[in-house]
Amino acid sequence: MNQPVPLPSTREPGSVRLVLSLALAGLISGIAIIGVYEATLPTITANKARELREAVFKVLPGVARMQRLEFIEGSLQPTEGGAVNDQTLYGGYTSNGDLVGYAIPADGPGFQDTIRLLYGYLPKERKIVGMEILESRETPGLGDKIYKDLVFVANFSNLVPDPEILTVKKGTRSAANEVDAITGATISSKAVVRIINEAHIRWQPRLPSVAPAMPLPDNETGPETGKPPREIR
Amino acid sequence: METDKNLDAYQEFVKGLWRDNPVFVQVLGMCPMLAVTNSAINALVMGGATLFVLIGSSFLVASLKKWIPKQVRISLYIIIIATFVTVADYSLLALMPGVHKELGAFIPLIVANCMILGRQEAFASRHGVRFAVLDAAGMALGFTLALFALGSVREILGNGSLFNIPLFGDTFEPWVIMILPPGGFITLGLILLVFNWAAVRKQRFMQQVAEAERETL
Repeated sequence: MNQPVPLPSTREPGSVRLVLSLALAGLISGIAIIGVYEATLPTITANKARELREAVFKVLPGVARMQRLEFIEGSLQPTEGGAVNDQTLYGGYTSNGDLVGYAIPADGPGFQDTIRLLYGYLPKERKIVGMEILESRETPGLGDKIYKDLVFVANFSNLVPDPEILTVKKGTRSAANEVDAITGATISSKAVVRIINEAHIRWQPRLPSVAPAMPLPDNETGPETGKPPREIR
Repeated sequence: METDKNLDAYQEFVKGLWRDNPVFVQVLGMCPMLAVTNSAINALVMGGATLFVLIGSSFLVASLKKWIPKQVRISLYIIIIATFVTVADYSLLALMPGVHKELGAFIPLIVANCMILGRQEAFASRHGVRFAVLDAAGMALGFTLALFALGSVREILGNGSLFNIPLFGDTFEPWVIMILPPGGFITLGLILLVFNWAAVRKQRFMQQVAEAERETL
């Protein structure tokens, strides 16, 4: 290691100078941070929107267009942007504008932190056809299998949520409303099922099986063709 | 700077890689070391972010040291470091959202990496810009090297893969404990053991050489 060198001894600076130098540093730092924030914000928003769109098209196979819907005063109405809350979901339509199903965002406590997910629901068949984890901090190697383990994710591609979804021991799935839990990640698997059950109870009575609202023209068209599907991390 | 005269640029760069390695020798920066080394790619991105923050802060601290009053120097170092960390955080979020998702909580914690503040106080504030940047680059690369050593060992044993490429077929049963926190402590302990053992061996060897030389005289 280097020999410690004493700092150059200068005359004791007044407190005004100390305050000024700190204030100036704070100001410059603040301006720099605002600049970076402004510069990266469009990319970050676009990334998040793209991620959500890809998830919607993934949990609802065969959908060509999507529309954000909000539950306002007893009916679903198309809305633009805004924050995702308990009252929003996404309608998936064929290219003719016929309703296929709904992609429903839901969240709840997992093993370590909130799990946010999206599941696809077909109101006519009363069936869940897909599930995608949007955000989670489950234990790497164990709990993160809720999105890494494709066998577990496949449980949700043909699942009847009525009367309720049950978690069963791995390999014992026998009924259409049962999900094989992940060995070593029972809590995370149960959390996913509980989140969907709760969201289903909340949404099921509100969902008409015919198109509640046609998608706005030229809005949110289908996934870009020629692009490989997003890799599951 | 009069103190820079007896410094050698190459030595100042290389010392961080091995002789004064921030993790294996100084045992600094343990929080990111244990938290994000469960895969090789996480370790490399964390090392890259630390490299950016450390070089940026060392450059600024070394160039501004004349204007930094010593009574508030630590606060100023932290402001400088925190600014660079925020820049790194937003850039990662925009450019590599997938990796940011995995590292998320630990990027802001680079501010609290005592290795970075330590370099400002012990080196950058006392030397010229050129040496400060060389020292920062060496230290950050040494840190990255250590993170990568830990991350690759833990990913290979705990997940059977390296950079997400499976290494052993389906028959390999991953040692899940290696990617959990205990695996981090175990691996770090073993690596430190090897490092210290090598250091002792080297010292003994040098002693023997010295004795042999004395006998021949």
